Amino acid sequence: MTAPLLPGQFAELEPYAAIWCLATERERFAQRMAATMDEMQAFYDAFFPRAEEAIAYCEKFPLDDMPEDAERLLQLLYSLVMASFPVEAWRQPNVPDSGAAYLDLLIEPRP
Amino acid sequence: MKPIEKPAEGSWTAHYPDLGTEPVSYEDSISPEWHELEREAIFKRSWLNVGRVEQLPRKGSYFTKELAVANTSVVIVRDLEGEVRAFYNICRHRGNKLVWTDFPKEESNGNARQFVCKYHGWKYDLDGACSFVQQESEFFDFDKADYSLVPVHCDVWSGFIFVNLAPEPSQTLTDFLGPMVTALDGYPFEKQTERFFYRATVGSNWKLFMDAFQEFYHAPVLHAKQSPVASRPEVQAAGYEALHYEIDGPHRMVTSTGGQGWRMPADMLKPTEILTRSGLFGPWDAPDLGVDPLPGVNPGHAKHWGLDSFQVWPNFVILIWERGWYLTYHYWPTSHNTHVFEGNLYFVPPKNARERLAQEMAAVTFKEYALQDGNTLEATQIMLESRVVTAFPLNDQEVLCRHLHKVAGEWVDRYTRERAEASR
Repeated sequence: MTAPLLPGQFAELEPYAAIWCLATERERFAQRMAATMDEMQAFYDAFFPRAEEAIAYCEKFPLDDMPEDAERLLQLLYSLVMASFPVEAWRQPNVPDSGAAYLDLLIEPRP
Repeated sequence: MKPIEKPAEGSWTAHYPDLGTEPVSYEDSISPEWHELEREAIFKRSWLNVGRVEQLPRKGSYFTKELAVANTSVVIVRDLEGEVRAFYNICRHRGNKLVWTDFPKEESNGNARQFVCKYHGWKYDLDGACSFVQQESEFFDFDKADYSLVPVHCDVWSGFIFVNLAPEPSQTLTDFLGPMVTALDGYPFEKQTERFFYRATVGSNWKLFMDAFQEFYHAPVLHAKQSPVASRPEVQAAGYEALHYEIDGPHRMVTSTGGQGWRMPADMLKPTEILTRSGLFGPWDAPDLGVDPLPGVNPGHAKHWGLDSFQVWPNFVILIWERGWYLTYHYWPTSHNTHVFEGNLYFVPPKNARERLAQEMAAVTFKEYALQDGNTLEATQIMLESRVVTAFPLNDQEVLCRHLHKVAGEWVDRYTRERAEASR
């Protein structure tokens, strides 16, 4: 049994944390493009109902001094936002009609 | 809803009669020869925004900016007196690029007491003076005071750093920006320091991307699938009308409504927009910017102000949202049919994870839209280059596109005329 990544009350989300707790937008976008729609739908369905609870948990801490497990929970929320576009709008991982277009995020806030 | 009131002349385009109403040629976006003229006539003569003062937080902070359009690189630095200065990024000894890290073609930034050339160790103070020459006595008739860095004209407006590559700029920065843009003096850009910086290479002429973001006529169509299914027929049928257009010299702006997500019924929104209280138009809960009224925004006094997009000549856009954030775009030509697009999103630093997540939602949404826009441009460029069609009708909601291409033509014409006179 590996050490839990998320705060205890979110233990049921551990299988998704191993995949979706990613520190940068570049990693989250790559994970989205690599995932199948079934995988993203499962992540979304498992996490979305608990997302408000997760936001409330994370906002208790100052952003520049978050416990590691809370910061990972916030990363998981960023990934939920990332996955929400394929799940809620596109029905496919990529943006429709975006072809080979890319847009690299070179500077972003941390966390 | 009442139709939006247009100027007394009957249209925005007729309000600026010099623009004409005839179909427009896009030869200026597909001709390599024209592009070469634009480099000289426009990019080596205009004030160009290269960044913001927050990128130079301390004395000795510097960053480099690659300006492929002018075949050069500049280094911008805050000197030991706190003054922002710019220099061509070249060592006076044998022309090595002075400031770079690992990859000579990539931009770099950092903090320095002085600049040291990697090649032979010549050193320069932050005011550009050459302070050390390796084996100075080996040189002939030599005074290192004659070998300062070559300065670039540099000035700052509202925290935005501009350079001008002309030997003597024909206008000061303030005169160049003109009353419409400088009316934004005092807008609290400096409070919005939480930054997302994006970059992409785009397979189109730089002006085509300017065009894409200076008309919203495309929005209900190209981005239709971004809307929830329930709202699509309404969005598309409504089409698009801007609240206000304004032109001032080479610059132009458009005011638009913004989607007021917090007022929309749930079936018109994506669930994650409701969760994060955020979307394309930014976080729904606006921060207190501490300035009221905000100077310079909404110059047409539109009732349902959502955003202003200021298109600052030649390649710089400041887009200010009613919800208290802003973004900038830059379009840096690399050839007649390619350019580098840069987008910056700026927010007030979030106080907690909830505010941070709302900003993340706005940033991710921005990218989803921009990817659609960027790809379409390549499709446009390819077919324009076929020259099968050579005149294109622009409607009244595309008045700013008409203006951009007209100004580009005027600057090129003036340059070629001056060059012809000079060679006489």
